[in-house]
Amino acid sequence: MKTLSSASLQVMWNRLLAIVEEQGQTLIRAAFSPIVRECGDISAGVFDVQGRMLAQAVTGTPGHINTMAEAVMTLRARFPPESMRAGDIYMTNDPWLASGHLNDFLLLMPAFLDGEVVGFCACTSHLVDLGGLGMGPEGSDIYDEGLLIPPCKLVDRGEVNALLMDIVRANSREPIANEGDIYALIACCEAGVTRLTQMMREFHLSQLDALSQYIIDTSYRGTLAAIAKVPQGVYHNTLTVDGYDAALQLQASLRVSCEGMHVDFAGTSGCSPKGINVPLNYATAYTVFALRCIVGSDIPNNAGSLAPFTVSGPPGCILNAQHPAPVAMRHTLGQMTPDLVLGCLHQALPDQVPAEGASCMYDLPLRHTPESARNGGRRFALELVHNGGTGARPHLDGLSATAFPSGVYGSQVEMTEAVAPVVIWRRELRCDSGGAGQFRGGLGQRIEMSSEEDYLVFLSVERVQHPARGRAGGLAGAPGRIQLDEETVPGKCELRVSAGQRLVFDTPGGGGFGDPLQRDPRAVQQDLAAQWISDEAAQQHYGVSP
Amino acid sequence: MATIRLAVDVGGTFTDTILTDGEHVIASSKTLTTHADPATGTLQGVQRALQASGLTLADVTGFVHGTTLATNALIERRGAKTATITTEGFRDILDIAYERRYSQYDINIEKPELIVPRTRSFTIRERLRVDGHVLQPLDTTQIDTLVASLEGCEAVAICLLHAYANPAHEQQLRDELLQARPDLCISLSSEVSPEAREFDRLCTTGANAYIQPLMQGYLQRFSQTFTEQGLRCSILMMTASGGMCTLATAARYPIRLVESGPAGGAILAARVAAACELEQVLSFDMGGTTAKLCLIDQAQPQSSRQFEIARAARFIKGSGMPVRIPVIDMIEIGAGGGSIASVDHLGRLVVGPRSAGSEPGPVAFARGGADATVTDADATMGYLRAEDFAEGQFSLDAMAAQAALAAQIGTPLQLDAQQAALGVSRIVDESMASAARMHAVESGKDLATRTMIAFGGNGPLHACRVARAAGIRHILIPCDPGVGSAVGFLYAPVSFETVRSRYSLLDTLDCAAISTLLEQMQDEARSVVRQGSQAPLNTTRSAFMRYHGQGHEIEIPLPNGTLKEIDIANLRALFESAYSQQFSRPVPGMHIEILNWAVRVASPAPSTTAPTTLQHPGPLTGPRTGQKISAQTRPIFCDVNARTVEALYVERRQLRPGDSFQGPALVHEAQTSTLVASDFSAWVDAYGHLILEAKP
Repeated sequence: MKTLSSASLQVMWNRLLAIVEEQGQTLIRAAFSPIVRECGDISAGVFDVQGRMLAQAVTGTPGHINTMAEAVMTLRARFPPESMRAGDIYMTNDPWLASGHLNDFLLLMPAFLDGEVVGFCACTSHLVDLGGLGMGPEGSDIYDEGLLIPPCKLVDRGEVNALLMDIVRANSREPIANEGDIYALIACCEAGVTRLTQMMREFHLSQLDALSQYIIDTSYRGTLAAIAKVPQGVYHNTLTVDGYDAALQLQASLRVSCEGMHVDFAGTSGCSPKGINVPLNYATAYTVFALRCIVGSDIPNNAGSLAPFTVSGPPGCILNAQHPAPVAMRHTLGQMTPDLVLGCLHQALPDQVPAEGASCMYDLPLRHTPESARNGGRRFALELVHNGGTGARPHLDGLSATAFPSGVYGSQVEMTEAVAPVVIWRRELRCDSGGAGQFRGGLGQRIEMSSEEDYLVFLSVERVQHPARGRAGGLAGAPGRIQLDEETVPGKCELRVSAGQRLVFDTPGGGGFGDPLQRDPRAVQQDLAAQWISDEAAQQHYGVSP
Repeated sequence: MATIRLAVDVGGTFTDTILTDGEHVIASSKTLTTHADPATGTLQGVQRALQASGLTLADVTGFVHGTTLATNALIERRGAKTATITTEGFRDILDIAYERRYSQYDINIEKPELIVPRTRSFTIRERLRVDGHVLQPLDTTQIDTLVASLEGCEAVAICLLHAYANPAHEQQLRDELLQARPDLCISLSSEVSPEAREFDRLCTTGANAYIQPLMQGYLQRFSQTFTEQGLRCSILMMTASGGMCTLATAARYPIRLVESGPAGGAILAARVAAACELEQVLSFDMGGTTAKLCLIDQAQPQSSRQFEIARAARFIKGSGMPVRIPVIDMIEIGAGGGSIASVDHLGRLVVGPRSAGSEPGPVAFARGGADATVTDADATMGYLRAEDFAEGQFSLDAMAAQAALAAQIGTPLQLDAQQAALGVSRIVDESMASAARMHAVESGKDLATRTMIAFGGNGPLHACRVARAAGIRHILIPCDPGVGSAVGFLYAPVSFETVRSRYSLLDTLDCAAISTLLEQMQDEARSVVRQGSQAPLNTTRSAFMRYHGQGHEIEIPLPNGTLKEIDIANLRALFESAYSQQFSRPVPGMHIEILNWAVRVASPAPSTTAPTTLQHPGPLTGPRTGQKISAQTRPIFCDVNARTVEALYVERRQLRPGDSFQGPALVHEAQTSTLVASDFSAWVDAYGHLILEAKP
């Protein structure tokens, strides 16, 4: 094989990155699940013959970083490449193998060139409904949460396993959408494999080894160089979160060495009886995402850039939940792990890490009541997504009503009202909700709604009891709050709302960064003019008389 | 009376003017854009073209104008002091937007600066239901306070929830405000963008209001200048949709004028596609700072109703303001002749989106540029030559380009200057090809079967290289590829499109109500187009449909006349077939829903034949071989085998239909050069187009 110049290798690397983005788009466009469409809750990647990830699409949610890379290794070990044939596709939704809860399905397809397996394409997508108690924290174990499919062959040489598809359909409240989503995943795998083999022919490659080595080595070296700029040591942080019915402690220690960064969750509370537990693969994904936002963020995700980041946790703690713990709402706490680990990293890099933010998205599934449906009322199921403020950055204010760490889109009021019998009366930023600081936390928002019919809401939100803390002298943001006719309700529950009742969500604000008295007085005046802070707050926190 | 048509494209740097007699381009000129008063520079260019052909303004029978003024006002934030008025409880629609960061891993992003700050965002008590039913009447007692708050504002955007379903509150509010402040420019969301999704609608309405005072003044001065100089015909404005509208419509909806220049290029490509019967085309317009790509099927450029302006991070999707107007759907990427190449801290070769622009420009232009660019790579490989560059207007220093590439790219990557140049070329060409592939995937279309129509200053030079990376085997270089946009203006119809949101399930569609809605929309659009054209008008109507639960809508044509129950089955079949085409299979049993309805009314496109320097284009005869074209050759660095080879050197004006030759070759003309790579062959068709085909 001729040696490839670094410029040629870079062209091919760029091509692989383009292939996974195309795969991702194919999947998003055909998906039925709103969370996929609005949030890009999918993943797509290309792997070499050893199962090492070479490229991964940059999609809306970080929950698939690492999880897909590890899942491919597991499936490849379970189904040796020698046994694979062209047109085969493998599948699983095991939360401990795929992506932390049953809704996420992972598919893997080998790419064949001249009769040999030369690599793999994999993708993950969120399916609408897997039966059980449905998307909510109320399950007591994984069996309550619906259908689990162990690793299996979904497509045999191009032939879809009809029995398997029947089982998936028969176990869902949304059989047609589920089937559509699985076909979208199949199309995504096929598109990736076709593009990969086309590319190999175009560049006259018979195998990916040299390219794979170049991508992984370059990324590994670059990541280690970025880590080398972080002062070595062990840093500890504790984050108290609301939990289901009692507060929980999340603990992390971050060890920075010349070999990489390792996070351990020792000291973290045990599992909850309800479905907010997090498998370690999912906690790892969000943890590594947060670290990579600060360290080496310009290096794409692959086996080389991910290798220096490792995560462990005592089995049975809530961030390393073991089978058969219920995990349906694993994202509620999964989305809090960035604040946990950034609290460690801040000690090493005091000038680069933002304050804590609202973090957990206010994901509010609404559904008609069974009685209303029986009595001929309107049937609807809707997932409203709204966010609080992000933490202030060391040199910039936080972002108001903006998703972080997830990348969800907030729902538009006019679209919500088109598909459900609700009226939203207010959606406005909350004055004084951003934590005061030299740089102010992002503001949360207030959403008020009522309905002409009874409906159910499934709540699993955070930061109602424990607001986002500031850093370096910055103050905490406002906590979140949910009220029904002015009565406060807990952050995690199933809520029945009667027609005409007014439901109010206040999403949390982000924490501030730095001493508020150091804030530029012009910025305080601007905040006052825009009514982002009140006269009282200007006086109390910033020492500015309006 | 003889037909004499003028097209003027006022761009950021140059103003292009084209004069035709309906059949041929009889004169053209390129003048510097005069930013203080663009009409002055335009007048100069027009007079120069008229003098060259012995005509006066009084002889002109048609005048089409396109301008970047609206776009630039938005980008440079030079619009009017604007306020918004929204429904009580919804003061922060602009601020909250989609609650999203446009860059996943960048924690230091800044959101785009709002054109209307919170201090000028006002609300009024009122509320409509999704179907337009009044839940809370407009509280007129608040109007005095509002008027007081509007002190100092020139323009107001009114966007009340669900106003697309019932415009009464918006209209009432406008009338009351105008009573108190007759000088205000007021834009209503129910007129500018009557579609559901309050953020997009407010952005569109706000942007319209923001540029309205400026554009009204400009259009009035422009028209006055030419009338005073003796112009007798009316002036039509080019819009982003690739159609023309009257000055009155343009003054009312100035937001529709953004990005009209690039639209001209796509119309030209569509026209060539029609003449040559090319069913599937990719137009490729590469200039100094950006490249623009458009998919064209059956001679129709792909259209869209969403466009993003004034991005905070250039070329990053989601970092700008969405506006919902009818547009030709193009992707723009930061890849042009001026794109800067560098080696990053990981040793990766990267090109763009940073650009040296025209000032200071590439190193080779010797105007102070120090960073190695794509043009420098082309010069290093021998594709651009000092003696025939830019009509001798300025010099080209290939040695300096070569030295910059060797130092900035070659040294860190251990390559010589030519290999470094080849690397730069491959990275930038791959990025354009990737963007094209991605755009095709997003549109559910394929690239491999398409013909690329390449134009713009750098399009013909990079066409073979981009086509190869995109898997495209056929390329067409039109005549006058350097001034493609202005030529395209002359093929545009007078047209107007309206879109209205009315949510329906296909199964329970209220045919009578929808028919009435479509009739209203059609009347509105026809009356607008009538002002600009007396020809018989074409009407097309469509529905934007999707499976319930999906986010992606497909445009499905509707039958003419009243909709009936029996049409529903047919619409389902049309949707399912369009869906299968994009996603390989339909989803039986899933409900189909309709969000938006659209009506487009257009005059027939002007009946000019393709302007060409050929007097009598004959039928297509296919390649004739054997004709000796030129004995000249030049050494170039071959992008296929990375060796120095002798390339045929041809002057385009010497080529005649039927001529054919093999790559490697360089075809030179006034504003650009075409590289025929060594894995391509070339011939000239009956229209004088240069056709490049990948060798088998």
